[in-house]
Amino acid sequence: MPKVSFTSALQRFLPAPTVQVEGATVADALAAVFVTRPALRGYVLDDQGVVRRHVAVYVNGNPVRDRETLTDRVSPRDEIYVFQALSGG
Amino acid sequence: MTERLHVGTRKGLFELARSNRAWEIVDVRFLGDPVSAVLTEPDGSLYAALDLGHFGAKLWRRDAAGEWSELAVPTFPPKPENAGDDPHPWTLGKIWVLEPGGVPGRLWAGTMPGGLFRSEDGGASWSLNEALWHMPERRYWAGVAGGEQPGINSVLIGPRNPSDIRIGVSTAGVWASTDAGASWRNINRGMYAEYMPPEQRNNPIAQDVHRLARCGAQPEVVWCQHHNGVFRSEDAGANWQEITAIRPSKFGFAVAAHPRDPDTAWFVPAVKDERRIPVDGKVVVARTRDGGRSFEVLRNGLPQHHAYDLVWRHALTVDDSGERLAFGSTSGGLWISEDGGDCWRMSEARLPPIAAVRFAPT
Repeated sequence: MPKVSFTSALQRFLPAPTVQVEGATVADALAAVFVTRPALRGYVLDDQGVVRRHVAVYVNGNPVRDRETLTDRVSPRDEIYVFQALSGG
Repeated sequence: MTERLHVGTRKGLFELARSNRAWEIVDVRFLGDPVSAVLTEPDGSLYAALDLGHFGAKLWRRDAAGEWSELAVPTFPPKPENAGDDPHPWTLGKIWVLEPGGVPGRLWAGTMPGGLFRSEDGGASWSLNEALWHMPERRYWAGVAGGEQPGINSVLIGPRNPSDIRIGVSTAGVWASTDAGASWRNINRGMYAEYMPPEQRNNPIAQDVHRLARCGAQPEVVWCQHHNGVFRSEDAGANWQEITAIRPSKFGFAVAAHPRDPDTAWFVPAVKDERRIPVDGKVVVARTRDGGRSFEVLRNGLPQHHAYDLVWRHALTVDDSGERLAFGSTSGGLWISEDGGDCWRMSEARLPPIAAVRFAPT
């Protein structure tokens, strides 16, 4: 199962531990996380379900290609990392 | 009288308490995080809206027992495919103002990009006011300074009739509902926008309402700090008269209305829009006590040498007594008066830029 990790910056607001979840795409994997941690969803996605402008999603150290709908495919040994995008300063 | 003041800043929420005639910081929350709106309720609860740069708008509540918990934020419904030409996003930018709804549990939230939301359960859940959001005119709402999104900055609830609502929008003028938000009208006849082309000068929707404040005891009296002047209405916002006696300048963001005296209001004027600094580097408060026919320029206790503090629209407030006022600035200055503005005392703290100040209700 792919592993999903979140930036420690989120820990100031709510628990966001690293978890392993089922999912064939990044969107599926994140959705699986949000099932058990629904409060986390609004920190990562906006009202329309799109990754927040200043949040970055990487797979195995590389940015996802589809930031809009996160259709990038993941395999069971992949690592998804969600962190804050640098936005100036 | 009220003994607590809550200050929302660019870097956290500060609580001040009064003891021995002095105000001291007694609590700090969300240190490092931008606070965009603050609300205090008579039941002792405190609401703080956060505008997290990376993770979006958030809403927290401290209950009467002092426990903080995160609440749901207002969210927009899925954007329909046929709304593709809507110039504004269907996603919450920030919560700009929170107001009590006049019935137990009800709250209103004014937001960027211009959505008005209502909660009936103390902020645990929110629903978009669809009637306003779907007004065809909304596509002509314009972005507020520094951003592309319009914002609802003022929500006035009728003190005797909670279904009677006025909202102020940067930039879309004043909107009224007399049926608890089921339907809306763009009102504000009499305002003019000197920054617009002549054809749009008197268009109600082109009016940049920086802030509205109404007299609680005489709610048909409403004051407006507008982008290019000060206006006053005696019919709950339908018709406005420009107040030209304001000194030392007519530009500003904030206004506070006396809770009982419909002729008294306070403003914090500044050099107009291109510069946005106090006139001559002196921080002053302009007070009228005769309905705007004349103003006193109050400066006792305020910095008068090379002060470049700007006061945002939610950063001036008056308490229920009408005697105690507070305002905070973009430079982190915080001043409190206990005599209606005659004398001011500055907090010794050097705070982050201040977005909102609110006294706890008595």
